[in-house]
Amino acid sequence: MIEIKQLTKLYKTKHQQVQAVDDISLNINKGEIFGVVGYSGAGKSTFIRLINRLEEPTSGTIKINDKDITTMAQSKLRKERQKFGMIFQHFNLLWSRTIYDNIAFPLEIAGVPKNKRKEKVLELINLVGLSGREKAYPSQLSGGQKQRVGIARALANDPDVLLCDEATSALDPETTDDILDLLVSINKKLGLTIILITHEMHVIQKICHRVAVMEKGKVVETGNVLEVFVKPQSKTTKRFVQQLNPLEQQQEAIQSFINSRDDSEVIKLHFIGNSTRRALISEISKKYDVDINILQGSISPTQEGAYGTLFFEINGQKDVIHDAIKYIQASGVEVEVLKHVE
Amino acid sequence: MLNDLFPNVKMDDMWEATRETFYMISISVIGTIIFGVLLGLLLFLTAQGNLWQNRWINGFVATIVNVFRAIPFIILILLLFPFTDFLIGTIRGWEAALPALIIGAAPFYARLVEIALKEVDKGVIEAAKAMGATGRTIIFKVLLPESMPALISGITVTAIALIGYIAIAGLIGAGGLGDLAYMQGFQRRDFDVVFACTIFIVVIVFIFQFIGDILSKTIDKR
Repeated sequence: MIEIKQLTKLYKTKHQQVQAVDDISLNINKGEIFGVVGYSGAGKSTFIRLINRLEEPTSGTIKINDKDITTMAQSKLRKERQKFGMIFQHFNLLWSRTIYDNIAFPLEIAGVPKNKRKEKVLELINLVGLSGREKAYPSQLSGGQKQRVGIARALANDPDVLLCDEATSALDPETTDDILDLLVSINKKLGLTIILITHEMHVIQKICHRVAVMEKGKVVETGNVLEVFVKPQSKTTKRFVQQLNPLEQQQEAIQSFINSRDDSEVIKLHFIGNSTRRALISEISKKYDVDINILQGSISPTQEGAYGTLFFEINGQKDVIHDAIKYIQASGVEVEVLKHVE
Repeated sequence: MLNDLFPNVKMDDMWEATRETFYMISISVIGTIIFGVLLGLLLFLTAQGNLWQNRWINGFVATIVNVFRAIPFIILILLLFPFTDFLIGTIRGWEAALPALIIGAAPFYARLVEIALKEVDKGVIEAAKAMGATGRTIIFKVLLPESMPALISGITVTAIALIGYIAIAGLIGAGGLGDLAYMQGFQRRDFDVVFACTIFIVVIVFIFQFIGDILSKTIDKR
């Protein structure tokens, strides 16, 4: 649905050039929630602004439904922008207008007559769960409520795409989850394509179908959320994934269990998708003459299914341990034997 | 009692002068708002990184604003005599003070307008652009409403400066309370008249400040 080809943005100042976005090519499918994650300064903000041309690209093309945005004349672009809803980190509501009038603003811009506006605004206020607060001013709302107004405003002209610029970064964790739930329900209910940028891997994990990892203006990795989380390729991605998985940081706790003996191994399992539902450990302990001591484990849900890791110590005869490991591998769960390091 | 304190004050003259002062304030404030907002918008919009970014227009407007702000008001009146004569047909009376008052105050207000507009959240302008707003929509539905409290407190300050200018204009026959204080008070050494005019002017200033504060407060929903 959205086709981005060799998109580049170069900022030139007198003293230096900054390649904010460097040769990005991506395809975003209709109805998916696509996440872009990166540290600050990675170029994500510029990237999302290039999509509706709030920033002019230096080169490259963006096509939405086969229409080329990049070559569009200003007046046509303004019309086209109504097909993109956008929400912001700091909400960007007009403080001088009530909630009702804030949501009505994009409709005014689109030239919707007044009586039709009312119906749409009330419907949207209902959708985002703010009924009864129409006459309040933004200053009277909490951060989460402000973002709900932002979302309602972004949906006013029935957009095809919703662009989220760090939409939850200014919110507390609980409110973040509420807003993310709202985005998922909108995505399902309206079939809306959502592109979001964030520096929080948690957000990606919770709602995205696919993810691109950005670093220094480039996309260093892209793929299904589950794939990227389980098998991160680049260094940046690994760091992001580790952030989410507290076990990765607690590996030292396991070190004392790892030794060079033949009759004891420490094993790390990666479960993906359906295999998280399998009682694998209990199967092994029944089938093989081994003792299993579970050290630690975790499981995380994503939109594409769950993934988890489990660390355990296995004691028994060398060849029996070997067979047990083979059995696990055959079941489709990834096995990693942690070796003792002198 | 009042007659003892102010033996030379004629209330008829006082009211007449107050009325003239009010006329001058009202019309010059309206003129200042129109030209000040126009110039202020132009200064803001043509600045680097804004909607109509244009270095030449920005430099040109900024120069005009700075020049007129630099000229002392009393000299500006003198300089504008031919222009006033052409525009109003006379250089005497309160009507003749208007061009100088507006030309003197508008550049001052323009700078205040520019500052007010700069305070408008860039994110809100960006949000409006993302909705497909035209430049006109951004000006009238975002920039001006969002900076309204600052625009109002700015015009309050300017109106009070204008009251000062009007008193100065009185020295060269523009009418109003300044004229009365100078001609009937100072020239005849009737200082009670000067004092009465001062009280009237101070009261007028208080009234304007009060109205400005209230307006600015009620409109501010931040």
